[in-house]
Amino acid sequence: MNDTIAAISTSLGVGAISIIRVSGNDSIKIVNKLFKGDNLENVDSHTIHYGFIMDNDIKIDEVLVSIMKSPKTFTAEDVVEINCHGSIASTKKILELLLSNGCRLAEPGEFTKRAFLNGRIDLLEAEAVMDIINSKTEKSLSLAVNQLSGGVSNLIIDLRNDIIKTLANIEVNIDYPEYEDIEQVTINMLKDNVINIRKKITEILDKSKDGQIIKNGIKTVIIGKPNVGKSSLLNKLLDEEKAIVTDIAGTTRDIVEGTITIDGIVLNIIDTAGIRKTDDVVESIGVKKSISLIEDADLILFILNNNEKINNEDLEILEKIKNKNSIVLINKMDLESKINIDKIENNNIIKISALNNEGIDDLKNKIKELFNLEKIDQKDYNYLCNARSISLLKNCLDLLNNIDEGINNNVPIDMIEIDLKEVWNILGEIIGVNYYDELIDQLFSQFCLGK
Amino acid sequence: MYDVIVVGGGHAGCEAALATSRTGNKTLLVTGNIKNIADMPCNPSIGGSAKGIVVREIDALGGEMGRNADKSLIQIKMLNSSKGPAVQSLRAQADKITYPKEMLKTLNEQENLEIKEAIVEDLIVENNVIKGIVLENNERINSKSVILTTGTYLKADILIGDTRRREGPHGEKPSNHLSDKLREYGFNVIRLKTGTPQRIDKSSIDFSKTKEEYGDDRYLTFSFENKIYYDKDKQVPCHLIYTTPETHKIIRDNLNKSSMYGGLSDIKGVGPRYCPSIEDKIVRFADKERHQLFLEPESLYYDDIYVQGFSTSMPKDVQEKMVHSLPGLENAKILKYAYAIEYDAIDSKQLKQSLETKVIENLFTAGQINGTSGYEEAACQGLIAGINANLKLKGEKPLILKRNEAYIGVLIDDLVTKGIIDPYRLLTSRAEYRLLLRHDNADMRLTDYGYQVGLISENRYNNFNKKKENINKLVELLKNNKITPTIETNKYLEDIGTTPLKDGITLFDLLKRTEIDFSNIEHFINIDFTDEEKEQVAINIKYEGYINKALKEANKMVDLDNKLIPDNIDYDKIHNLASEAKQKLKQIKPTSIGQALRISGVNPTDISLLMVYLKKEYLYDNK
Repeated sequence: MNDTIAAISTSLGVGAISIIRVSGNDSIKIVNKLFKGDNLENVDSHTIHYGFIMDNDIKIDEVLVSIMKSPKTFTAEDVVEINCHGSIASTKKILELLLSNGCRLAEPGEFTKRAFLNGRIDLLEAEAVMDIINSKTEKSLSLAVNQLSGGVSNLIIDLRNDIIKTLANIEVNIDYPEYEDIEQVTINMLKDNVINIRKKITEILDKSKDGQIIKNGIKTVIIGKPNVGKSSLLNKLLDEEKAIVTDIAGTTRDIVEGTITIDGIVLNIIDTAGIRKTDDVVESIGVKKSISLIEDADLILFILNNNEKINNEDLEILEKIKNKNSIVLINKMDLESKINIDKIENNNIIKISALNNEGIDDLKNKIKELFNLEKIDQKDYNYLCNARSISLLKNCLDLLNNIDEGINNNVPIDMIEIDLKEVWNILGEIIGVNYYDELIDQLFSQFCLGK
Repeated sequence: MYDVIVVGGGHAGCEAALATSRTGNKTLLVTGNIKNIADMPCNPSIGGSAKGIVVREIDALGGEMGRNADKSLIQIKMLNSSKGPAVQSLRAQADKITYPKEMLKTLNEQENLEIKEAIVEDLIVENNVIKGIVLENNERINSKSVILTTGTYLKADILIGDTRRREGPHGEKPSNHLSDKLREYGFNVIRLKTGTPQRIDKSSIDFSKTKEEYGDDRYLTFSFENKIYYDKDKQVPCHLIYTTPETHKIIRDNLNKSSMYGGLSDIKGVGPRYCPSIEDKIVRFADKERHQLFLEPESLYYDDIYVQGFSTSMPKDVQEKMVHSLPGLENAKILKYAYAIEYDAIDSKQLKQSLETKVIENLFTAGQINGTSGYEEAACQGLIAGINANLKLKGEKPLILKRNEAYIGVLIDDLVTKGIIDPYRLLTSRAEYRLLLRHDNADMRLTDYGYQVGLISENRYNNFNKKKENINKLVELLKNNKITPTIETNKYLEDIGTTPLKDGITLFDLLKRTEIDFSNIEHFINIDFTDEEKEQVAINIKYEGYINKALKEANKMVDLDNKLIPDNIDYDKIHNLASEAKQKLKQIKPTSIGQALRISGVNPTDISLLMVYLKKEYLYDNK
């Protein structure tokens, strides 16, 4: 707990400046060793200092250093932030220097974890802050902010209120069996309830998918045979949007070849073994590799050559992508049409000429349409977008399936209720409340009982 | 010099005195009136949802309530028999004459136990250690340990309409000073309230306007000793009636005359939410057209009928009108008017899980003084206080039942961890793992403990072990016997409404089917086991999935409960602990991380901080 941690807290390559954050008891001492300028060990808290980061006698970068002393900092520990020029090389070098002078590389989210453990923030806030840090576009920033203020919580609170009424009714049936005039919850009533709850959770999850898209971007693959024009299409899209291209590993094990922003939504183009470089290299990619890429992708752009007939390999891929978010692009419209277009079973066919920049806007509009991007824009971002909450909601769906099974097998209602109670508990966990007494209170306020 | 003095002869006091004397301690039971020992001043029933399971637990631990109820019941039924095994529970109408008589007999026959009639007004305390009691006449009696089970008798006030009288139930003398003394010793004294309905002369009721409610047509017992004292064909019925619009009008018109609604301005006592007066029900549930009432016989030996559901603190003239507005009670003669009673209790957060007080060493409390309500809740606390007073005198660790082991554990943990606002009643919904805390397996859960603390006889323990052995044998038998899809077998299975076989199947797997029971299994193989043994096996096989899930969840809790917090922890040293959490932790002094987590106002963040601190300071393994 007491060691000093450091990490680059801005995305590499994205901004004009990078920030390296250091937190822990020795943070000021360590940075001071590397800093040429004021003696940082003697400065006031919450002040900024101009100077240079030095590797012995060599100037590494011109920097601004913020000194923030415990406890009024994000982690409640001594924190130093080094603002440096955004070059990847210099940022990495500074981090290396910090590590060799006594810092430990922070684990992902460790600053937030410390803030949480030091009592600065609660769990939901902690998760939302992580999301703010990780958000790449403005939209995802407002999504994260919304979660802090309780947009998602309200959806879940409503759902819990529905469930607790049913729970209290079942409990009353159990604890006051002699009260014949209280409605008995039957298996059939429960069944309707389960359907309703499942619908609402699925809605939240569906919205969360949109949330995921806003936050993490759309994972996009471009596939096609050699020489159909994959790289020229990609370069055209990138040129158009002045995309920032990085070589840094993305959130998944895939290498993000480049990102394109359409209306504020990020398309992460997944590397298909270097399609951006030249058409020559690519082409070792067989159908097999293409298929595995298709499995993982949110969007598949499949390019065919207007000038060639469709072969069996193409048909196999067409079959695979039929039920996914996919667009079939027929490139080289500037050449003679030899393609047997009637063999393509896909609703999204767009004719383009990457060379002449024709049909590119059509493609973008199609992508917006497929992902409801226009609509996402207008929604109020009531999404759950962190992995923990989503996996908890998925647990709820599993439990609802158990309940269903129980109902079908005539399991007594008080056992089925155990799973329903668990759903209610998990929903409480997502929004950070878990008071068992709530149920008892509900019991007495909803029903009239007594001796 | 006594080893233990028990103050109070109610349900808690009887269990406590029996537990200490049976474990060889010279015990004195002090009560205001010997005639009222094990009295049932309110409803004439034992058991009920969750409470019936507590009686089974008391019995499995070697307490008396189950046996005594069996000796005195005049009607018994299994509640929730149409629901699952986890929520089934016994409820009996107990004879109000027989129950106390049998209990007194047991007490009188008990070795090491003396009974004395007196009012206790003070304690002898030296250096925060109990040394005995002081009686009204200033007589001092010394003992190593004292168990207070004073019920509603601490500064008891009976309230009817606009009158308030300082007396306990039956006009008995209350203790006027003991609660003040307790306050001086450092206890937080709170005021609680409860109530009881009218008693009606049976011969004045027209039962033709009521619906009869009978007991079950089979023999049932609370005790695992299974001794039958009643004739199932001669059970006495209860009668169901409903309030009328006129009843509601009378109550609304006279609301300001009720003690609770303005008749008395100085009521401080907090009444139980689960047991509201009829005026409470009519105010809070104004849209409800009628309320259920049960007419329950109090005894075979006198004519009082208890009107369950009609408790009130209206003046007597209004009560007359209210009663006469009920169907069948138009000409009813009221033998006793309904009343509310206010009494002092202590803050249960000042107790340890053993029911020893944190304020005075070797002083234990049990029952209504701890803020609970109900005969069963009182009895189980008395038993635990008695067991732990004995263990403490012998220098042994206390018996603390966990929430996944017994309703008794749930009750005590709730009391000491959460405290109470209104009188506490057990409900199945208070237990997280009620599938583990069943009526049928109370002996499996607790007999070992009862034996270890010396309250279960060798003979009974042998029988218990034999039952356990037989259960294992029966499971093996079912696993080792297979049936194959022969024409006869499949015809039989189809006849009883279950899917025929395609492959061979063990009887164990066949019993998993919801629609199969042991009578079907016996079609294939001779089963020579008792009904109780078969029941255990059937429940464990049929609900295995749910039970395993509950066990898994319970183990998580047990892990947290096993992470102990040292006595000498200084919460001021934990930085950033929320001030509410700090205050609660200091007050309640949880003994484990699990208990700390259950304190309201202590958040998971506080727990993380606490665990980090413990790890740092005590090289504590929080994995």
